[in-house]
Amino acid sequence: MSLLTVDGVTLEYHNGRQSFTAVYRVSFNVGRGDRFIILGPSGCGKSTILKAIGGYLKPVEGNILLNGKTIESPGPDRVFVFQELDQLLPWKTVKDNIVFALTTSRRLSRREADERAASFIEKVSLTKFSNSYPHTLSGGMKQRAAIARAMAVGPEVLLMDEPFGALDALTRAKMQDELLQLCLDSKFTVLFVTHSIPEAIRLGTRILLLTAQPGRVKAEVDTRDADAARIHELLFDGELEGGSIHA
Amino acid sequence: MLDRAIVRKVVLLVLLAAAWEAYARWLANPLLFPTFSDTVRALISSVASGQLLRAVSFTMALLLKGYLAGLVLAGLLTAFASATRIGTDFLEILTSMFNPLPSIALLPIALIWFGLGDNSVIFVLIHAVLWSVALNTYAGFRGVSSTLRMVGQNYGLSTVGYITRILVPAAFPSILTGLKVGWAFAWRTLIAAELVFGVSSGSGGLGWYIFENKNQLLIPNVFAGLLTVILLGLIVENLIFKTIENATVRRWGMQT
Repeated sequence: MSLLTVDGVTLEYHNGRQSFTAVYRVSFNVGRGDRFIILGPSGCGKSTILKAIGGYLKPVEGNILLNGKTIESPGPDRVFVFQELDQLLPWKTVKDNIVFALTTSRRLSRREADERAASFIEKVSLTKFSNSYPHTLSGGMKQRAAIARAMAVGPEVLLMDEPFGALDALTRAKMQDELLQLCLDSKFTVLFVTHSIPEAIRLGTRILLLTAQPGRVKAEVDTRDADAARIHELLFDGELEGGSIHA
Repeated sequence: MLDRAIVRKVVLLVLLAAAWEAYARWLANPLLFPTFSDTVRALISSVASGQLLRAVSFTMALLLKGYLAGLVLAGLLTAFASATRIGTDFLEILTSMFNPLPSIALLPIALIWFGLGDNSVIFVLIHAVLWSVALNTYAGFRGVSSTLRMVGQNYGLSTVGYITRILVPAAFPSILTGLKVGWAFAWRTLIAAELVFGVSSGSGGLGWYIFENKNQLLIPNVFAGLLTVILLGLIVENLIFKTIENATVRRWGMQT
């Protein structure tokens, strides 16, 4: 049985009286240990799917199941890493951010939480900065701390919403390698949203391609038998000839 | 030496005091404008006799009562506004109505409602504190980024935990602004209220001290009272609130 099942899910956004469909009847399965990438152009609703899995948004149609149970609300079994650099609590140091997440979500004692926080800070090589406040860190360091916090909580699935989207190209490449290494070491199940094809191929074991407005599944590919050209073709087939390119 | 702000400010203060002294000596009319040295002498003797300290502690005790009562009410109002839509409208209507109304304008009616005594003054102090604190706290809550909100919900916090451990610290820069503005309003209101109110009550705070000395034409004492008002204001704003600010929003990199 798969860990996470998304079955015929339609998601709508309400903007005042208007509502529009962000995602239409999307289905996929994520197995334990997968690094599952949701790839698509801007506005295809990929972040919206992630929010629904996080429990922040209810599907108007279809089901989302984690270990066979319907997702009702946000919870520490699905921890988010966001794109935004302000996701660390600014009034807590790097270490206290992780300790806070651990004590509130897993009911760990303060001492156990301290030890676990220290070990995850070391994993993302921030030991020197464990007592620094977030505003003194660079963008890459902030995201590393956020990843450490999410992993320390030990969720069933990590939900990453373009976590490297706000970083410069060099830092981004380095962070991709680090994340890959962390995932290989600890066998996390990761759901990763991106619009970058190279990032998807580099990080993912499986890639779900979405089309835009509303988001629908276009294809699901295994990275072992897909290269960038093939994915590009799947994403943009026909449109190149028609002259409209969605960059 | 002059590169340090504190040195420059001390130099300016000394120059101001010298100009005061020189002008008062040239004017030579202690009933209108006493010299700086007379004022300092009056200040020292009033402190020594305990008269001024009694007035200060009276004023401060009253101020704290009104301030704390105002904060509690502001907290309730903000909670109501955050929890329900009608509460939001209620807060918006009340603040836009009462925020422009100077508290001292309510003193006559407060005297009729609550009679002569602390209660009337506390009533106008609550009015001075309540709206600015409630408005700033509410604005702070609304300004908490959706990312931080989602992070807070992610760890399964209870509603109370979510408010006290996520919303309040995240909104703290605004809350602190509200506390400072509320304090400044309350301070000015109280001195003004005592000037009016002390006339009829006779039990004396700092405003009453100023008023009474003016009646007895002890003008250096009047100036000493004014100087005390300035000093207390400086101490609260630059020591107490600055310390809180340095220990919180500055340390967290959240100052706006």
